[in-house]
Amino acid sequence: MSLLNITNLHAAVDESEILKGISLTVNAGEVHAIMGPNGSGKSTLAQVLAGHPAYEVTQGTVTLEGEDLLDMEAEERAWAGVFLAFQYPVEIPGVTNAYFLRMAYNEVRKARGLDELDPMEFLDLLEEKLKVVEWGPEIMERAVNFGFSGGEKKRNEILQMAVLEPKLAILDETDSGLDIDALRIVADGVNKLRSPERAIILVTHYQRLLDYIVPDFVHVLAGGKIVKSGGKELALELEAKGYEWLTGIPEAAAV
Amino acid sequence: MSTEMETLVNREYKHGWVTDIEMDTLPPGLTEETVRFISAKKEEPEWLLEWRLKAYRRWLEMTEPTWPNVHYPPIDYQSIAYYSSPKSMKPLGSLDEVDPKLLETYEKLGIPLSEQKLLAGVAVDAIFDSVSVGTTFKATLAKEGVIFCSFGEAVKEHPELVKKYLGSVVPASDNYFAALNSAVFSDGSFVYIPKGVRCPMELSTYFRINAANTGQFERTLIVAEEGAYVSYLEGCTAPKRDENQLHAAVVELVALDDASIKYSTVQNWYAGDENGVGGIYNFVTKRGKAGARAKISWTQVETGSAITWKYPSVILQGDDSIGEFYSVAVVNGMQQADTGTKMIHIGRNTKSTIISKGISAGKGQNSYRGQVKILPKAHGARNYTQCDSMLIGNACGAHTFPYIDVQNSTSDVEHEASTSKIGEDQIFYCKARGLNTEHAISVIVNGFCREVFRELPMEFAIEAQKLLGISLEGSVG
Amino acid sequence: MTTIAAVPPFAELLDAPRPAEPAWLAARRAAAAERFAAVGVPSSRDEDWRFTPVSAIANTAWTAPGVSPEVTAADIARFRLSTGSLAVLVDGRFAPDLSELPAGVTASSLHAAISEGNAELESHLGLVAPIAMSPFVALSLATFTDGVVLHLAEGTTLATPLEVMHLTTTAAEGALIAPRVFVTAGTGARGAILEQFVSLADTLHVTNAVTELVLAPESWVEHVRVQRESEQAWHLGFTHAEQATASHYRSFALSLGAKLARHNLHARLGGEQVETLMYGLYLTRDSQLADTHSAIFHDQPNCNSWEVYKGVLDDTSRAVFNGKVFVQPIAQKTDAKQTNRNLLLSDTARVDTKPQLEIFADDVKCTHGATVGRLNDLQRYYLQTRGIGGRTAQELLIWAFAAEVLTEVTIAPVRAAIEQIVRNRLDEMLG
Repeated sequence: MSLLNITNLHAAVDESEILKGISLTVNAGEVHAIMGPNGSGKSTLAQVLAGHPAYEVTQGTVTLEGEDLLDMEAEERAWAGVFLAFQYPVEIPGVTNAYFLRMAYNEVRKARGLDELDPMEFLDLLEEKLKVVEWGPEIMERAVNFGFSGGEKKRNEILQMAVLEPKLAILDETDSGLDIDALRIVADGVNKLRSPERAIILVTHYQRLLDYIVPDFVHVLAGGKIVKSGGKELALELEAKGYEWLTGIPEAAAV
Repeated sequence: MSTEMETLVNREYKHGWVTDIEMDTLPPGLTEETVRFISAKKEEPEWLLEWRLKAYRRWLEMTEPTWPNVHYPPIDYQSIAYYSSPKSMKPLGSLDEVDPKLLETYEKLGIPLSEQKLLAGVAVDAIFDSVSVGTTFKATLAKEGVIFCSFGEAVKEHPELVKKYLGSVVPASDNYFAALNSAVFSDGSFVYIPKGVRCPMELSTYFRINAANTGQFERTLIVAEEGAYVSYLEGCTAPKRDENQLHAAVVELVALDDASIKYSTVQNWYAGDENGVGGIYNFVTKRGKAGARAKISWTQVETGSAITWKYPSVILQGDDSIGEFYSVAVVNGMQQADTGTKMIHIGRNTKSTIISKGISAGKGQNSYRGQVKILPKAHGARNYTQCDSMLIGNACGAHTFPYIDVQNSTSDVEHEASTSKIGEDQIFYCKARGLNTEHAISVIVNGFCREVFRELPMEFAIEAQKLLGISLEGSVG
Repeated sequence: MTTIAAVPPFAELLDAPRPAEPAWLAARRAAAAERFAAVGVPSSRDEDWRFTPVSAIANTAWTAPGVSPEVTAADIARFRLSTGSLAVLVDGRFAPDLSELPAGVTASSLHAAISEGNAELESHLGLVAPIAMSPFVALSLATFTDGVVLHLAEGTTLATPLEVMHLTTTAAEGALIAPRVFVTAGTGARGAILEQFVSLADTLHVTNAVTELVLAPESWVEHVRVQRESEQAWHLGFTHAEQATASHYRSFALSLGAKLARHNLHARLGGEQVETLMYGLYLTRDSQLADTHSAIFHDQPNCNSWEVYKGVLDDTSRAVFNGKVFVQPIAQKTDAKQTNRNLLLSDTARVDTKPQLEIFADDVKCTHGATVGRLNDLQRYYLQTRGIGGRTAQELLIWAFAAEVLTEVTIAPVRAAIEQIVRNRLDEMLG
């Protein structure tokens, strides 16, 4: 059984349809890149999979390991193993990273019938996970994403992914706003988290990220539909020819 | 701190039960005779009776304040009983002689009064309606010269101290409710820390209103001699009743030169039901006077009461003295709060900090009212005020009324205020990480209040976080 | 508040015979007179006047201004802020000879507009700034004799600002001057109104000025108000802007004159996508008092308001600032920011500031801030180490402090004229 199965997915926000029939199958161990021009529906797809309440699914099905994903609340999806690295991670003033992360971790463990970790045990776990994003422990005492630079926010998302160990990680424009050093750290982090049990969906506008995280499959999204799928070489072709090659719309106009 | 905030299951006000105990209650009504009765009952000296009577006569000439942003039907002061004590109470009895029903009451409230069961490091004075049930660890404290006893006991045992400081910070004629309290106050706590002594444990008073139709008028006086330090905690609960009950307390803090007093309150009086029936009117005057280099710090978490009217203040009299006010005020249902502080800078280089976090939910109305006054001779005075409001739902209100009055050119006063809501995006972010909606809100609200909670002693901080969760129960659909 | 004692000071004005007026106006005047008789001159017990003592106004029997001496174009030239059209009121009376009102701009004396019959006036005069706004607003409606009516026609853009000059002469001594300005901006109209209060003589008088503005949808109005009256005078000013959908109102107020100056600036945001900007600067010396009471009523969703008032105080002068922002339950997505900053140059100056928020909607961004302080010692030291010392450093830092609001005057020549006025005053203050 495939890990994620999307069939004919339609979704709308404020009654305007953005996803117009997406079908996609993702198996454990695979890395899929979803590319497309601005406004093509990439981020919407990511948000719909994570369960953002602003998006209404009007047609189609999504299953995770055969379970109906669309029927679940956002937190239930997290418990089931879905992780969204946000394009714009949210600030929560006054709540420390350490506290937040331990709470999230224990919620997921509880849902999976595992014991919760106490603060000391969690600290040990964290020490390992921090290495994934080349961070020291001091970051854990800062409030969640509050006052973080753009790069720090993205690293924090990858740290959360490392701690929560999802089955399906969706990285929404994780490369946007990163300088080359931060991009390397984030990409290295993601590569360390690749495993045969885990699938990753990279949502990105540019080829750049795919130089660091090499995908198994590339899908091009335009006008709410997948217009072309292929291997990693498709991304290079896109880089050379631009999206207009596939969409027939000059990129500036697609915004 | 992981599970304590998840206790959002307790939908009821959990301290709303009544202790069935035979009471000795004065019939409702207030005359000079009432004042004389209370004074006689407490076997007070003549000067104190005179002091009360003077306050009473002053009160008669005063009118109830109308400026707070709260609304309630007129209070009939003649329908309130001004004194109520358990029949079994013996004056100045030791804890061993206390009626088991009372001990049970406090046990049930989570405040065991037997010293073995108590948290080490916290001494408790338990006030039940008009009288003190008992005070723990008195002997331990006495070794350091620290006096911690009921107000009534202090009048008898340490009259010179009471006479010297009573009314020295909050004069009897200060305001309507302070005058009323000065006339009819029943009991409360008295603390005295001798020169240079750091009080070895936290002192705590637990106030319980039990009797119906009875007002509680306690009086607390804390004196820290030069260089002394004390941390004092106060907690309050009351049964659920359909009638409003009046709680008009006065707290006076005296911090002499180089002394430091930290005063923390977790106020959880019954708030009334969702239609605004019942609940405590919490009309309280709290003020401290700080000598040179002294520090007075107020921390309050106000979650209960139908109406709160309270401005813990600091008179920064001595040079280099410090005043602090940290507050979380939550209103839900039909609750109203008008609370804040006054920082009166008199001495040179005095500093004050005000951090106020107001949370409004349901149909609650929350007002921050604060005054920062820098007098002409308070050269180099500094104030920083931060006043944040959070609204949950669209039927509540948040109001800020800061009064800033600066009278010299060498001072700096800074006031910042903001209003925010719990963002949908914050809730979704938490949900995407596995937290359910209520949990997410609890986390976000506690984060909002963090700067205040970290000022509370540990046990109180946990209690406060729990209370916050309960207070906001059902406020988000 | 006193009721009986307060009325006689204005009895002559309230009872003055008036030429025949339309019934609607007579009725409004009567209601206003009744209101004033009921409330009287406020005392310091009135929260709105707590720090601004005006009860002494009630100790004088104020008259109507006498016959004004001749005022020439040269007399007023030095006060001009612009070169555009001009309406002059001498001691509260419209002076057609001194005014230059070009074609294309509908502008006239208020008295004339009333006599001719004007539907806009009938629907708005005395209602935009309601008599409940202040006892003095009621007094104004009951006693005014003249003023200016300005209309920015639908869809038009004014090439140059419209300047309204309120000028007092020796004839103002002992008088109450009660001018009213009434501005309407049609749909999509754009323009700037410059309102000035100046004195030719150092008289003791009361100016009780009311300005009403009605902004139609998508109109854009810049309102510059400069008050530099005689330092003997009482200045009471009330401005109220009523804003429709997507209108933009930006106000800049400079207060330098009068012994006691009070300005109430209110805006009601009565449609969505409205923008309201309020900037102000007050410079006070000797025993002057400058008081600003602003109120921003967010009645509708998706509106922005932004307010910055700054003050520099010297000698025993005082400043009062009270800024209110009200956000109604339906006014979601309101974005309101308010700031009041004060610089005290003397140890005997005093500031009372009260920024106030009243919020009933949950999805809003509202902040306010207030500071009172002195010149930054570190900055001063830094300038000293770079060779800029003493007065120069002081002036530079004060200028930097004030510049933030001065730059908000959008019309360059007007801004330059105002900057010059501020520089001159700072020169005098720093002596």
